[in-house]
This record gives sequence, C-alpha cells and structure tokens, in this order.
Amino acid sequence: MSFVTVAYASLFYLAAAVLLAGLAAKVVQYARTPAPLKIPTTPAPTTQSGVVLRMAREVVLFESLFKGNKWIWLFGWIFHFGLFLVTLRHLRYFIEPVWLPIALIQPFGIYGGMAMVVGLLGLWARRILVDRVRYITGPSDHLMLGLLVSIGVSGLMMTFVVHTDVVAVKEFFRGLVTFQVAPLPSDPLLLLHLLLVAVLMIVFPFSKLLHAPGLFFSPTRNQADNPREKRHVAEWAKRLEQQP
Amino acid sequence: MAKVDFKVPELKQYAEIPAVTPETMAHSRPFVAKPEFQEPLGFPGALADDWQERAIAKMGDLLSRYRSLRVYLDSCVKCGSCTDKCHYYLGTQDPKNMPVGRQDLMRKVYRRYFTLAGKFFPKLVGAEDFTREVLDDWYSYYHQCSQCRRCSVFCPYGIDTAEISMAAREIMDHIGVGQKYCNEIIGKVFKIGNNLGLPGPALQDTLEGLEEDVLDDTGVAVKYPLDQVGAEILLVTPSADFFAEPHVDGLVGYGKVFHEAGVSWTLSSYASEAANFGMFIGSYENMRRVAQRIREAAIDLKVKRIVFGECGHAWRVAYSFLNTLAGPWDFLDPRYPVPQHICEFTHGLMQEGKLTFDKSQNDDKVLTYHDSCNVARASRMGSVPGGQFDIPRAIIRATCNHFYDMDEETIRERTFCCGGGGGLLTDDLMELRVKGARPRVEALNNVMQEKGVTHMAAICAICKSQFTKVLPFYGMEMDQIVSLHQLVSNAIVLTPGDDDELEDDEEDEEAA
Repeated sequence: MSFVTVAYASLFYLAAAVLLAGLAAKVVQYARTPAPLKIPTTPAPTTQSGVVLRMAREVVLFESLFKGNKWIWLFGWIFHFGLFLVTLRHLRYFIEPVWLPIALIQPFGIYGGMAMVVGLLGLWARRILVDRVRYITGPSDHLMLGLLVSIGVSGLMMTFVVHTDVVAVKEFFRGLVTFQVAPLPSDPLLLLHLLLVAVLMIVFPFSKLLHAPGLFFSPTRNQADNPREKRHVAEWAKRLEQQP
Repeated sequence: MAKVDFKVPELKQYAEIPAVTPETMAHSRPFVAKPEFQEPLGFPGALADDWQERAIAKMGDLLSRYRSLRVYLDSCVKCGSCTDKCHYYLGTQDPKNMPVGRQDLMRKVYRRYFTLAGKFFPKLVGAEDFTREVLDDWYSYYHQCSQCRRCSVFCPYGIDTAEISMAAREIMDHIGVGQKYCNEIIGKVFKIGNNLGLPGPALQDTLEGLEEDVLDDTGVAVKYPLDQVGAEILLVTPSADFFAEPHVDGLVGYGKVFHEAGVSWTLSSYASEAANFGMFIGSYENMRRVAQRIREAAIDLKVKRIVFGECGHAWRVAYSFLNTLAGPWDFLDPRYPVPQHICEFTHGLMQEGKLTFDKSQNDDKVLTYHDSCNVARASRMGSVPGGQFDIPRAIIRATCNHFYDMDEETIRERTFCCGGGGGLLTDDLMELRVKGARPRVEALNNVMQEKGVTHMAAICAICKSQFTKVLPFYGMEMDQIVSLHQLVSNAIVLTPGDDDELEDDEEDEEAA
C-alpha cells in the first residue's frame, strides 16, 4: 500500500467524520434552539403543507433570490444545479452496480460540471465588479470561490485533458466504503482534485456553507402564518408565565 | 420646518442604486438613555468596566434562546441580494446600512467569540474583538434599522436584519447603553398606560371633545367611550390617535364604524396604547409586560372581543405575538379572531352590507396607499395570505372614487418603510428619517406627477407622524398623509341615532 493511498484514505475518513459530526452538531444545535415568536415573512402560507411547498420553492428554485437579484439568481442557480448534477454523476464511484438513473445522468453530469464553473465565475465577477458586493466580500469568500472553481476545473480536466484510471478510483472509494482500502492512482490532477474536495468537506461545518442546513431552520421561511389560531410559546417563555 | 444641516436628497423619476460611500452616517446616533430611563425596564444605568464580558455573555444567552439569531449569523453567504433593498442604504449610501453590512457588525463579533474559524483565523473570516469602536458602530447603525423586514423578503435564506437589530439593542440595553426615545416611552407605558403619558382624565376630555365635534359635524350622537365595563369590544389604538393629526381623524372614523355596527365598545385608560416598543428593543420580557396590560384591561372591562386601531408595528405585535405574550384568549368570544384589525372589522361590515358610503365626500382627493412595513411583511388581515394588502385597498376603493397604486416595486410585500419605524421616530434622528423616507417619497412623487395623486393613506401611527414631518422637506404638504379611517369617516353615511336605544344599551351594560 503506497503512502499516497494511506494518506488519502485517512484524509477522507477524517474529512467524512468532520463533515458528518460537524453538520450533525450544527443541526442539533439549530433544532434545539427555540424560536420564541412567530416571525414568518408574510404573506406566508397558513398551513404546514403550505410551508413545505414554500420551502421546496426556496430550495429548488431560489424563489426569494429571484425576487432579489436576477444576476445573482442566474449564476447561483446555475452553479447549484450544476453541482447537483455533478454530485449525482459522482455517485457511480460509491455504488456497485450503478443504478440506472445514475447511469443515464452521466453525460448531464459533465454539462453540470461546466455549468458549475460558469456559475461560480459569474458570482466571482460580481464580487469584483459590483461595488456593493465588493464591499461585503472578505478573504474567505474569495477563497471559497477559488476552492470550488479549482475543484470544478480539476475535475473537468480529468474528463477532457488528462484522463485518470477511473476504474481504480472507483475501487479506492468502494474500498473506503467497505473498509478494505484499495490503491489510489497517483495522478497529480486526481490527487489535487481529491485534496480540494476533502478540504471542502472539512470546512463545511465551520463556514458559510452552513447556509445549506440553515435554510431549513430559518423561522421566516419555515413557520406557518397562524399565530391567532394556534398559541406558540417557547419553553423558556413558559417559565415567565409561572411568575406572577 | 426645522433648520437642516444636511442635504435633502433629490427625488428622481427612476429608482437609482447609489454608489457605496462609506461612513456617511457614522455620526448619526440617537440620545443615550439616562439611568432613570434604564432602571424601570430592568437594565443597568450606565456602561460598567466589564461591559465587554457582559455583552458577550448576553449574546450567548440570546443565541441559545433565539434560533433566528443563531441561524442568521451562520447562514449569510454574502451574495449581495439584500444590498440595494434597505431604504436607509438607498437614502444614505452608507454601506453599513446595507442589510448585510448592518448584520456583519454583529456577525464579526459572533464569529470572534462563538465560532472556531473566528477564534483561529479572525482576519480570514472577518472576525473582530468587541471593542469600544465596534460598540459605537453598533449604537449608530443598529439605530438606523427600522426593523421593516424588507431585506428578509429578498434573502435566499430569509435572514431578517430586524432580528439582529433587536438582539443588538437588547445586548446594548443589558450593558447600560440604551436608547432614550424607546426606553423612556416604555417607562411611560408602565407608569401611565401609553407612550405619550396621557392620563385617564385627559383621554376622557379628548373623547368627549370628539363626541361634540362629531355631533356638530353630522348631527348624529356617536359615542367614544372610555373604561366602560361590559362593552362588547375593547379598542386598543396608538395613543397618537387621541390628539395628533391626521391620526385623530382615524379614531373618529373607528367610532363611526362601531356606531353603524351597532356594537358597544370601549377604550381603556389602563391599556391606552397599541404600540409595543418592547419589540423595538428586542426585549421579550418588556414586550410581554406591555402586552399583559391589554390582557388585564380585557379581563377588567369584561369585553368579548379585542380590536386594534391603525398602527403598523403594533399590529405585528398584536397579530403575531399577542397570543404568545398574553394569551390564551379563551375567555373571549371564540367566533372572532383575537385580536382583530379595525380594517378587518370595517371590511367585514362592508361585506355584510351594513355600511353605506357616499364616495363623493372624498372627491377632493386622489388617493394612493402606503403599505406599512410591519403590516405588510409581519402580519396578515383576514383569512387569506395577502389580506393585509387587499383589505385596506378594498376599503379605500369603497370610500373613494379616485385611487391609484404606486409603483409595483414599492408596494405590498416590497413596500418601503416610511423611514421612521422601529424606534427611530425621534427628532435626534431627523437626518436619517428624511433620507430614509426618500424611496417612498420618490414613488409617491411619481404618482403625483403621473396620476395627479394628492393624498397618501396609511394605517400606521408612525408612518403618519413620520410623513407629516418629512414630506415638507421634499417640498410636499404635511397634510398629504391621511388616516385610512379618515376616508371612511368622510364617506360613511351615519344612521341617525336612536338616542333611547343607546341609553338602553348603556343601562344594560351597567347592569351586567
């Protein structure tokens, strides 16, 4: 077993552990923190099923962002949808036999990779060109974009420029899943790509990427507008009621 | 008009997004509350040496009690969608008045003390120590947010800067840096019962005066009762309605509507205030204490229903929070929502065909309608989402022949705040108020030019006071802002009072 294989196997176990534990901790924290008041941004749905629909529109279509700014929406949606397709395409590295839908989606995954990079570059351009967005952009925002673009470009390069032994890569990841580590090809581009992905997984729970779970816990979006019909009181607020 | 030492913005035909110009409003800060205004609310009188520690501890406390605060401080990706949405940014160009800019003032402190990234890589993620300079920025800019929630409409995660401004003010109050305007007013509510400090006898006097005026005007005896035990409806209305123009014309209108409905109603001298400034300072405890007065008044007066007068933030607290803060309302008539908005009440009567209007009484006006921010984005009227937009408009259309809406981008859920909401309606923030009103006044100016609009109706005491004050800065007349129920009052055809019947009612109530 080469040093590279051992190092990357360890790295991915670590990254997966940090990602899962970090995200779980955050989700538990969000879930346990009470929302003492009804604060949906109105007009809001009055029923729980209406809330599910509103949330689905936010997650799938980025409805609020569409209202806010068409350029950010366009680039942001292209990026996220591209990332979604790319993620589906990459599932083939983890499952055997490959499910039919995943097999069918393979070519779209490549377009997804391109779309992802295009969307990211559009978002990055705004950070430089629009004075308001430039003002709110910090070093970590540029780094995050750099990281994602590098992941996308290094991935696309393996498809179009320097191929890697994808069969061996699949063996490696199947091995990780089944705890029987198999050798990883040591192409520099592949190693770079995987290193960056591991970094992304590790920073996820400590960064603004928390917007992903955050959206589901956002009281302005996930509360039903029914305060007159249903009394809503947080646990800590109930204690106030026991005092005279 | 007061002397101005700032430049009043020029009104444009098309909304422009101004270029970022840092620190234009760094000097704007309201008067700090003296110890006498802090202590009745349970806050320390002045900044102590260990203020920083206390502030961080309070932030930790709020983070554990408010999911909104925690999630919103974590989730922002700095996409920029909110950057051109705040009326204070549009009016002042100060980037710390962009919603994300304002949030970041707290986010940088949060990251420094509550996140790993901020503890180890502060520069990278924009984390900063809570220094005196940061605190000064907080005091300035968290008092340049009217908690209107416009930003929350456009944020992909629904981040509501109002939640963060409220938390910031709560933290500042807890280290002894409160705002005089809000805290003095809350003290008055605890002591006297309303924001303006009007005692019961003064209210009685005013209401008797109104009865005389209405009788003179219309020849019909319309009652404006106070503290009448056993009345069916308790009306809770902003105290500005008792004397300020154009507010009082609205109150006259409510009385006429109740008269036509044939229901008994009463105001309360104990709960003579609809507004709840506890919300502005983000203090659940104080907000609850203010709200409890309404519960006590409802019990003492043995009413069956509660109706709120025209007031924006008040309606948010009433509609969204009153059940939480002062409920359950199981002792009231379950056939009616608690509380009801006066517009819901009037609209309901219209639908039952109980009101007759002579629209020509408002023919001297061409109307437009200003959606008050907290009614629009933090509440509802009626049973269908969006009723808060449609019901007031339906009332205007029923009472006026000439009505035109302002630009779609500036009404309904996208409405602009008047510039004086959220505890900023004070003369020590005049520059902010004038500049913050610009987006709304611009849209008003456009319908004045294009449609010949002469008046703008509103259903919020703050909006009415704010526009009365700032419209003249833009070369408009202060009386161009009117109460919605003033239009109702003008147009309503009163049924001549059957005095015997009224007296019977009173006797019944006293017996009850």
